[in-house]
Amino acid sequence: MAELGSPKFLRRLEAPGVDQGRAITFDRPLVLDCGRELVPLTIAYMTYGTLNAAKNNVVLVCHALSLDQFVTGRHPVTAKPGWWETMVGPGKPIDTNRFFVICANVIGGCMGTTGPASVDPATGKPYGLSFPVVTIRDMVRAQAMLLDALGIEQILCVTGGSMGGMQVLQWVASYPERVISALPIATAARHSAQNIAFHEVGRQAIMADPDWRGGNYQNEGVQPSKGLAVARMAAHITYLSEAALQRKFGRSLQNRNGLSFAFGPDFQIESYLHHQGMTFVDRFDANSYLYITRAMDYFDLAADYNGVLAEAFIGTKTRFGIVSFTSDWLFPTSENKRVAHALNAAAANVSFVEIETDRGHDAFLLDEPELFAAVRGFLNSAAASRGIE
Amino acid sequence: MSELRPDLAAIAEMIGEGARVLDVGCGDGALLEYLSRTKRVDGRGIELSQQNVNACVARGLSVVQGDADADLAEYPSHVFDVVILSQTIQATRAPSKVLADLLRIGRHTIVSFPNFGHWRVRLSLLIDGRMPRTRALGYDWYDTPNIHLCTIADFVALARGSGAVIERALALGGKGATHPMRPDAWGPNLFAEGAIFLLRSA
Repeated sequence: MAELGSPKFLRRLEAPGVDQGRAITFDRPLVLDCGRELVPLTIAYMTYGTLNAAKNNVVLVCHALSLDQFVTGRHPVTAKPGWWETMVGPGKPIDTNRFFVICANVIGGCMGTTGPASVDPATGKPYGLSFPVVTIRDMVRAQAMLLDALGIEQILCVTGGSMGGMQVLQWVASYPERVISALPIATAARHSAQNIAFHEVGRQAIMADPDWRGGNYQNEGVQPSKGLAVARMAAHITYLSEAALQRKFGRSLQNRNGLSFAFGPDFQIESYLHHQGMTFVDRFDANSYLYITRAMDYFDLAADYNGVLAEAFIGTKTRFGIVSFTSDWLFPTSENKRVAHALNAAAANVSFVEIETDRGHDAFLLDEPELFAAVRGFLNSAAASRGIE
Repeated sequence: MSELRPDLAAIAEMIGEGARVLDVGCGDGALLEYLSRTKRVDGRGIELSQQNVNACVARGLSVVQGDADADLAEYPSHVFDVVILSQTIQATRAPSKVLADLLRIGRHTIVSFPNFGHWRVRLSLLIDGRMPRTRALGYDWYDTPNIHLCTIADFVALARGSGAVIERALALGGKGATHPMRPDAWGPNLFAEGAIFLLRSA
């Protein structure tokens, strides 16, 4: 049975008046890929728009590694705008006047869904590293439990960028009959060696922080803030592109006329990265970062189908729209195209769009008119196929 | 909604209600959109130009970026009722391989192309001694994408050599008029600006 309540956040609310969404707690266990069970399981989620009577206007948004369920509107913890403000809302490409948008914080996360910072009922203390390692498939299983609890059988469109896109692909593989259309953006069917390598740098930075305390920092009243900030700084570089960095910062100096001949932030790019690291620490949990990056590393959809990606999609009736960006070197066009080719080989209904931009992987979060046009066109045609106004 | 180009309208006329259609080199998606609107076909496209692909997707069509030479191989056999290759075969690197792939993927294949046997083309080479530039073939020899031009008779030979059955053949006249023709007749090969063939995989 499931119980509905309000989410509990690790961090203080900066915008206490705004919608904090809901949390649903299951006392039935979620069996994970690693063989362990998660019980009780709380899933924190947000919804936008209205579910129609036929319950067929659902758009499920899956969030990326460092994001959460606050897709649009003010974030209750950071007081900042939602991460997909440009994409989701009334009249936006994912139009909340027409569609019922759901986004749930992933398991292992730190914005109200059960994760390593949650209390382990067996000990009464935060899980820390005793939290089971979760996978992308586990995240999708948890979302399916949420939809079941909400009485939603079919999803008109499941979408998301980056790790969100991995969940989209997993959704179709795991629950083909539930997904009418799938819109994975800037993603891959497997995490590349280079991407695993970057994640490992981030994890080692966290674990090298003396305040990490073997993952037990919560019980010891400290935070591995420096390690997490360094992890974020390294990762943030991979979300951008050389061209965008050059255009935005070049070699410009930060509030000084010449080089300091010291190790403070001489360059604007340095202080920009410091800022990214510092603000991240205010909203994210270090152990969550370990767990979620691990889930991405483990993702290899073809491995579940004898190494043949097309077999993950054999017989699928789902309509696919795949989007990549020319300057994205983290999830490059070649990885996205690999998915499109596998879908062609499975005779699936697929569109593939590559968008010209110099903004790198982060382009999926930014103001990219061609992205909006593609998403709008794709969603309109999915909606028309189901007779949705 | 703008009027469909006459050669595309002639192609559309050959396609049945609700067919599964793959349009190879679908351009901005005009034909696919027309077919899905008027004949409720289940349509897909392949298009080389990314700009065109993005435009198609924004129109709600299912189109992937790719090219006939490289990407047809990955499609499984016999999954489409009709595969269309409109005004494109002369721009492929390996027309015979492309045609073989089309015949494998679709139960029917529609191919249209400009006729290099047209009298203007023949005359241009005969009189001027220059590579022809005509209404249907408006490029200089050095910048043309049309690297494998053929006459109607040439195409008929290739189609038969590929084991295809010619079910219908249309001659494309000036101003887009279409006339049924006998594939082996000498007249259309001299007077038609282009041709449309409906082939069946034998």
